[in-house]
Amino acid sequence: MLAYTVRRLLGTVPLLLAASLLTFLLVDLSGDPLADLRVQQPPVPAEVIEAEEERLYLDRSLPERYVLWLTGIGGDGDIGLLRGEFGPSVRGPDYDIGQALAERLGSTLRLVAAALLLALGLAVLTGVVSAVRQYSAVDYTLTFVGFLALAMPTFWLGALVKEAGVWANQQTGYTIFYTVGATSADTRGFTAGQLLADHLGHLVLPTLTLMLTGYAAWSRYQRTSMLEVLNSDYVRLARAKGLPNRVVLRRHALRTALIPLTTVAAVTVAGTVDGVILIETVFQWRGLGDFFVEAVKRSDAYALMGWLMLSGTAVVLANLAADLLYGVLDPRIRHE
Amino acid sequence: MSELRTRPGAPTPPADPPAAARGTAHHGRLRLVLTRFARHRMAMTSLAVFVLTVLFAFLGPLLWPWDHTVHREILPNQPPSWEHPFGTTNAGHDVLGQLMRGTQQTLRVALTVSVLATAFGAVWGAVAGYYQGWVDAVMMRAVDVLMVVPLLVAVAAIGGNVRGGTTWWAVALIIALFSWTTIARVVRGVVLSLREQEFVEAARAAGASDARIILRHLLPHAAGPVIVAATLLVALAILLEASMSFLGFGIQAPDISLGLMIDNARTAAFTRPWLFYPPGLFIVLICLTINFIGDGLRDALDPRQTMVRR
Repeated sequence: MLAYTVRRLLGTVPLLLAASLLTFLLVDLSGDPLADLRVQQPPVPAEVIEAEEERLYLDRSLPERYVLWLTGIGGDGDIGLLRGEFGPSVRGPDYDIGQALAERLGSTLRLVAAALLLALGLAVLTGVVSAVRQYSAVDYTLTFVGFLALAMPTFWLGALVKEAGVWANQQTGYTIFYTVGATSADTRGFTAGQLLADHLGHLVLPTLTLMLTGYAAWSRYQRTSMLEVLNSDYVRLARAKGLPNRVVLRRHALRTALIPLTTVAAVTVAGTVDGVILIETVFQWRGLGDFFVEAVKRSDAYALMGWLMLSGTAVVLANLAADLLYGVLDPRIRHE
Repeated sequence: MSELRTRPGAPTPPADPPAAARGTAHHGRLRLVLTRFARHRMAMTSLAVFVLTVLFAFLGPLLWPWDHTVHREILPNQPPSWEHPFGTTNAGHDVLGQLMRGTQQTLRVALTVSVLATAFGAVWGAVAGYYQGWVDAVMMRAVDVLMVVPLLVAVAAIGGNVRGGTTWWAVALIIALFSWTTIARVVRGVVLSLREQEFVEAARAAGASDARIILRHLLPHAAGPVIVAATLLVALAILLEASMSFLGFGIQAPDISLGLMIDNARTAAFTRPWLFYPPGLFIVLICLTINFIGDGLRDALDPRQTMVRR
């Protein structure tokens, strides 16, 4: 198992390297970071533009720039992914991309973790209920909700939920729902308990909307795999032995039926990244999604590349984790 | 999602032997598929609704007096009335006119994406599966790498950088560029399982070229799963296009799409609901019908699927 883990970890290196090349080409070829500066009125002096080009390494050739961005060899020490430097920002020499990413990582992880856990829990629950009560009114309702969730544009639902929160606050005259940002604007003087409550309060609405992305697909998969297991011989045997229904469902059926979900859940991580961008935009949540949108709008090339590498790494690691977990959950799989 | 297929209108025998027996084998299969699809009540209803939506989007603008642009004669900011059944915007748009054009642009993008991505992905997957070895390895690693970048992220990063207005075909091209990977995987799987079979060997012995074997003998066998995947791609593309527009990276004003309409009405859910609900509900409706159609097709095309309840 250990050898397999190490081998798979090493296997991600070429994949990430290829992803870095794709990322670089995608961002670099799609636009000029200084396009706005060049057409600005009144015109910016040529020396200023040249200085900016030099600061952003735009005066070098494409292959040179890629190697520089990856390794930092021949740069001014502010670039080189392998050294942990993300490169200079168009926003000025004082703007540190790595620091900005690190600052926003926490609030995004909080949101994603809450949404994924809630989605997984609910998906397993409704999937199992749907399968056990197949073709009942409950099953039809849950199925329809699943289809509806699959067809729902996240941002539309998010905007609706947010406005509903604002409306509820106005109607009652109290701040029941927090609808903007990850924390209150001014948290000075809060006790630890108040701070926690403030954080949790801000999580509620965005989590509920983001949850939907994962829930829609997972609940359907959970229903399918649970149905398959319930119709299998060993479950019939367990029932024939006279085991109580509860034990059959929990100890025999559910454990096996959870295995396919691990793979599907890992694949959905990429979808969650998409969802985070939209939900953070709706709720003005200053996290990584918001950072991405801002970077695109400002054509901040190195910020975008850094962001893409971060999300790419997350996707690759999630897939790896699913593969390893598969081996733990399914005793038939042996990694030798 | 695959059990829903056996749900509605289920208690019917699997096939219609006299119908299937008539005509050529190919004809019979098509007829069988159509019969099976027609039995799927949810899919048939969805198909009807989808056709109505298409008519609304493409014929509607020819019949309705207002288009999606600003008109000085329109009173701004009016709730629904007989004259403007979906109300008007602040700037003086007729919302029904916007809805027609928005749905039209959204459908255009989604259908184009589906056709382009399916064609490219199918050929890519078939070539990889047919030649195997290092060709397969290189081609499928490329797919793996593309899948590392989340879809919306990729299309937004490119779309956001395209200056001077993004047209609908540019949006479609960008989305197609990143969404063909699932099709390629599906087709490769089918081709891998087929390439060793006798009919391929027979074709090769008869002197057929590789291109002919791939296009005439292998790809038709992948039609079932590919059609289903292509249908679902339409729904995916609609949501992606809407997301792009919502972030401000897709189709730009004065043109309109459903996502852009939602973006414009972002805070209007309670103050001017006639601006907020229609575009969102249209997206939900289109995606819902397409998913149900896909489900019906999956049933109809999968010969192993019995229509009897378990």
